[in-house]
Amino acid sequence: MRDVTLGQYFPCDSVLHRLDPRLKIVSLIGFIVLTFCTFNYFSLAVVVATVIAAVLLSRVPVKMYLKSLKVIIIIVIITSLLNLFYGQGEPIFEWWIFKVTWAGIHNAIFVCLRIVCLILFSSVLTFTTSPNDLTDALERLMKPLTIFHIKVHEIAMMMTIALRFVPTLLEETDKIMAAQKARGADMESGSLVSRVKALIPVLVPLFVSSFRRAYELAVAMECRCYQGGKGRTRMKQLKLKKRDYISIAICLLAIAGVVLCNIFLPQIH
Amino acid sequence: MSLLSARDLVYTYSQGMPTEHIAVDHLDFDIEQGDFVGVIGHTGSGKSTLVQMLNGLLKPTAGTIKLDGVDIWAKPKEIRKIRFRVGLVFQYPEYQLFEETVAKDIAFGPSNMGLDAEEIENRVYNAAKFVGLKHELLEKSPFDLSGGEKRRAAIAGVIAMDPDILILDEPCAGLDPVGRDILLSQIYHYHKERGNTVILVSHSMEDVATVCDRVMVMNHSKLTMFDTAQNIFSRGEELGKMSLRVPQITSIVDSLIEEGIPLEKGVLTVDKAVLEITEFLKKEGRL
Amino acid sequence: MEFIKIENLFFRYDEGEEDQPKNENYVIRDLSLSINKGDFVAIVGHNGSGKSTVAKHLNAMLIPSMGKVYIDGMDTADEALSYDIRRKVGLVLQNPDNQLVAGIVEEDVAFGPENLGIAPDEIRERVDEALKAVDMYEHRLKAPHKLSGGQKQRVAIAGIIAMKPDCIVLDEPTAMLDPKGRQEVLDTIHKLNRENGITVVMITHYMEEAVTADKVYVVDDGRLLTSGTPYEVFSQVELLKKHRLDVPQATELCYKLRACGVKIDRLPLFENECCALLREVLA
Repeated sequence: MRDVTLGQYFPCDSVLHRLDPRLKIVSLIGFIVLTFCTFNYFSLAVVVATVIAAVLLSRVPVKMYLKSLKVIIIIVIITSLLNLFYGQGEPIFEWWIFKVTWAGIHNAIFVCLRIVCLILFSSVLTFTTSPNDLTDALERLMKPLTIFHIKVHEIAMMMTIALRFVPTLLEETDKIMAAQKARGADMESGSLVSRVKALIPVLVPLFVSSFRRAYELAVAMECRCYQGGKGRTRMKQLKLKKRDYISIAICLLAIAGVVLCNIFLPQIH
Repeated sequence: MSLLSARDLVYTYSQGMPTEHIAVDHLDFDIEQGDFVGVIGHTGSGKSTLVQMLNGLLKPTAGTIKLDGVDIWAKPKEIRKIRFRVGLVFQYPEYQLFEETVAKDIAFGPSNMGLDAEEIENRVYNAAKFVGLKHELLEKSPFDLSGGEKRRAAIAGVIAMDPDILILDEPCAGLDPVGRDILLSQIYHYHKERGNTVILVSHSMEDVATVCDRVMVMNHSKLTMFDTAQNIFSRGEELGKMSLRVPQITSIVDSLIEEGIPLEKGVLTVDKAVLEITEFLKKEGRL
Repeated sequence: MEFIKIENLFFRYDEGEEDQPKNENYVIRDLSLSINKGDFVAIVGHNGSGKSTVAKHLNAMLIPSMGKVYIDGMDTADEALSYDIRRKVGLVLQNPDNQLVAGIVEEDVAFGPENLGIAPDEIRERVDEALKAVDMYEHRLKAPHKLSGGQKQRVAIAGIIAMKPDCIVLDEPTAMLDPKGRQEVLDTIHKLNRENGITVVMITHYMEEAVTADKVYVVDDGRLLTSGTPYEVFSQVELLKKHRLDVPQATELCYKLRACGVKIDRLPLFENECCALLREVLA
């Protein structure tokens, strides 16, 4: 349980790992929108090519990506089937309540590829960006939201602390569980109700210790002159580097590609 | 037949993974009924893994542990029974308290054993007495106790299961000298009165030297020594190589011996050292 | 020069609840002491003696009920000054797990300087310097939960010294550590005191740690029991024992030998010293 990390950061050294995390978040959003703006096979091909390039560039084993796809495989199959059987237009063949049309086939292909691309793009982000960098980038990207009285700094601080304490609390859960088992607690057998009941001896101490930790952490933060986000500077400055500008150019190219394909090449249906 | 015996005991973490490492490496030992055994070794030497195997919380990767001559994993479904017979008190046990009252918390172990109400009450009462918890504290919430009282309540929770073997992992960690002395003497009296086997895991050589008869030394997952406390602590140099030290008093007496003063090796307490030195002076006619 | 001055400090926790009858049980009673710049001071006492309460008064986390605490001339009761006081006096707490904020060592060390609003380049410099001072530089990119207790506590100390305080107060910094971790932390604190001239106030119940200080204050039941150099304090074996405090085994041995009639003129604190002394006596 000890080695669980939030997100699914896969530490290794690749261009994508070294990119500015802010850029990665913005491009992810951009590509997600783009994926749903593919109106013909040519633009879809551009998006699929981009995703394949990103996956290869990340140097994360393809096996890892397949694992993250496995989770949503059922959703992909169901939505594709629904689209396949309930398309508009002339049926190619019909059986009972199912009728398959050309439009249905196209829809199914599009929906399936779009969802796969969506998951792959998101996985590229989480595999190549550590949770710490991600929070950091989110805080900076959301900064403009402060004018809407959104407590951006506080939210980011909460995320940082949560990330910091997840491994500590997991470790503690392990310890408390072992200690209660040593006193004969039975957590593996019995009905659902009795299993939930068996969690009380674990959850109560865990809550108590979390409150104690929170209190001590607050004291420690105050001792270190923490006064909220006001007047606070950051050691790590995010600056766009040459590789970031190059990747911006590549992203824009992909976007332009999709838009041009949509406009100048024929729609499929 | 020994009460507890380990043969060729091995425990490997994350076996088959790249992070695989051996925490306990082929241990063989016997612990007799009524022994008070100390386990010493630096952090990460495998002490905690070892004690968790002894009460069936961790299943050995290889090798066997026999309690009264019976393999504790012979019937995996009944491993809880082993945990009742080999009581384990973890480090900082006060963090496991959860019930509304101290009495209910101490009763958690005994009621998991399925004992009747009267017996449970008896055991709670006796266990609280052993660790010196005042009777009026029993109806309080465990979270209202002082740090030292919480610790004792948690230890009482294991003692109440009346185990044949009581294992304590760093019971004195974080206590001040007074708290430590009181707790150690309570554990010692518990051991004397019940004649139970006690295993004490500790970083404090002074504590081990004061109460334990026999001492196990763990180093890099291996059991390097298992002997009487006096014999172990007269091997200061070897212990030093394992980044363990001997009690200050032992090393003072040792260095006097090196100077040619005829004192006994492996002195463990200040009082014993005082006795040794005054006897020597009396023999020389200087006192 | 007096850096810390405590004058007739009284403290109790339930101040402010006016309609409640006031609790007369002060945790701290009439405690006065002063600490000079560059000193290494140990405050010892058993749990519940009030020593940790004293620590929290030194950086204005607690305000006296009666009496005064001055830090470099600043009155801690003045709330407007508490920020400046905390810049000058850093507090390291007992549990290293609960005082690290960030998920990466170097970012945690940067937390304090960031709060002070220091320029990014200078924070970087200070963080590197602080991590080198506690000998944790090579671990700067690790996650705190991958470190040992002693290492975590040294990171916590680095987080304080990166704020460049004049003084660090450590509230039982070694109580939760194994012997190796304790030694690491103790060595680090001494090095900071020796090489960087940082004033150190260490709260502890380990007498082996207290004997290494320049000056020792013994607190019991909220009062100052005795104070002085370690030699002056630990030679009062009877007084310490009466208040259920320890003395080093070396000291105890010589004290008991003296009681048996062996001629020992002064009590040693350290092992080597004790050996040398006994060699002379026994030879």
